[in-house]
Amino acid sequence: MRSGNTIFFNNKPRVTSFAAVCGSKECEGIIGSYADITLKDDMYGESTYEKAECKMLSSAISTAVAKGGFTEEDIDLLASGDLLNQIISASFSARQFRFPFLGVYSACSTMSESMLVGAMAVDGGYARTAAAATGSHFASAERQYRYPLELGTTRPPQAQWTVTGAGCCVISAKGKIKINSATIGKVCDWGVTDVNNMGAAMAPAACSTLIQHFKDTKTLPCDYDIIVTGDLGALGSRILKDLMWEKGYDISSNHVDCGEIIYKVIEDEFQGGSGAGCSAVVMNSYILTKMQAGLYKKVLFAATGALLSTVSSGQGESIPCISHAVELEVE
Amino acid sequence: MSKKTAAYSNTNYLNYVKRLDPPTKHFKNCLSAFGVGGLICSIGQFFRYMLEYAGLSGDELAGTVSVILIFFGCLLTGLGVYDRIGRRAGAGSIVPITGFANSVTSPAIEFKTEGFIYGTAAKMFTVAGAIIVYGVFSGVIVGIIYCII
Repeated sequence: MRSGNTIFFNNKPRVTSFAAVCGSKECEGIIGSYADITLKDDMYGESTYEKAECKMLSSAISTAVAKGGFTEEDIDLLASGDLLNQIISASFSARQFRFPFLGVYSACSTMSESMLVGAMAVDGGYARTAAAATGSHFASAERQYRYPLELGTTRPPQAQWTVTGAGCCVISAKGKIKINSATIGKVCDWGVTDVNNMGAAMAPAACSTLIQHFKDTKTLPCDYDIIVTGDLGALGSRILKDLMWEKGYDISSNHVDCGEIIYKVIEDEFQGGSGAGCSAVVMNSYILTKMQAGLYKKVLFAATGALLSTVSSGQGESIPCISHAVELEVE
Repeated sequence: MSKKTAAYSNTNYLNYVKRLDPPTKHFKNCLSAFGVGGLICSIGQFFRYMLEYAGLSGDELAGTVSVILIFFGCLLTGLGVYDRIGRRAGAGSIVPITGFANSVTSPAIEFKTEGFIYGTAAKMFTVAGAIIVYGVFSGVIVGIIYCII
């Protein structure tokens, strides 16, 4: 069933199991005790950071599949993506499994997009079990989007820190956490060109998707225990609250941003965490664990992504952004 | 960043974002750049006096001092220290010759995983290339002006 841009799942697919892998810096924060695997060394025993990212993603997928009591034959679909060119981490990690694989990309909102795709496949009966996964690595993202790691540059105060981590959740017909509905976002571009200020670029996309979701589902922000956004950071969250307030929705009491809460001490990270792994790790450890324990009953998860490349920003293009929302509820 | 106005632009929003931008701490940054940059230059001067004492002079002396500083710039980059200094010191550690050494060494290390020819050697000047091109170019301009005067 569909209303506006929101898909309502009649058969209520459920999040059966989930797993998160996080880096050494990330495990110092709140997610440290909730993550399944924490890395002592960000190389994860590999020779390159790209291989480490791929291995993190594979570990997250295999842990989530094992936690749900599934075998490799049970998984009918793996929807996965990452930040690197040609989504190599996702494809290379899928190489190790015998799952049918769909590569998805929407930058940092890949987690909600892959959950949405997985839930649609399970709800429609096209897959019995679907796995949704994504991850990112600070060093590989830094090398692709910014400068070499060892270059002595200063970070501007708007900058965010790409999260080293990966998360996966398995969606099937069993489990406590059901996926009620999902809103597919529209690409939003309000003309922000500063690649260091992703929060400001992505906030309008989050605002548009959240409002669309509230309208389509005829709910209000207060109907949700928490509204989780992906990686807006401290500055982006502030902007989102202002934008929502302007449209008549008050989310200030129950809005949480994964990027804002992931790090314990904000030092070099300035505005907090970012990257595809940011929402993947926080969602698949802290939030879903709390939901399973019954602490949160209804959660709206809207990860945000900046759809830019180094070429587009080099040519002076502004940053188009997107946000997909997934509504989760505990039975 | 390009100042080109994009087809998609919401001026009100951009002004609002600009107002919220956290301010850059210019005074503190200048002070730490002055301190660290000065320290690097003092170390260079120290080597200069020592080498002068050892009997070097002229171009030989200037060259040797530069080589020593470049060596330490590369070494500290390899040890993962220079980027930490740079994060705090800004221009203080970019402007001296050690900063140039850092901008050549860091991509060389970073892209080693793509092989010694297409990685290290080809990508070595991705950052420093701009410095070399415009360094030489402005040198030529200044030379011409000097010639005319």
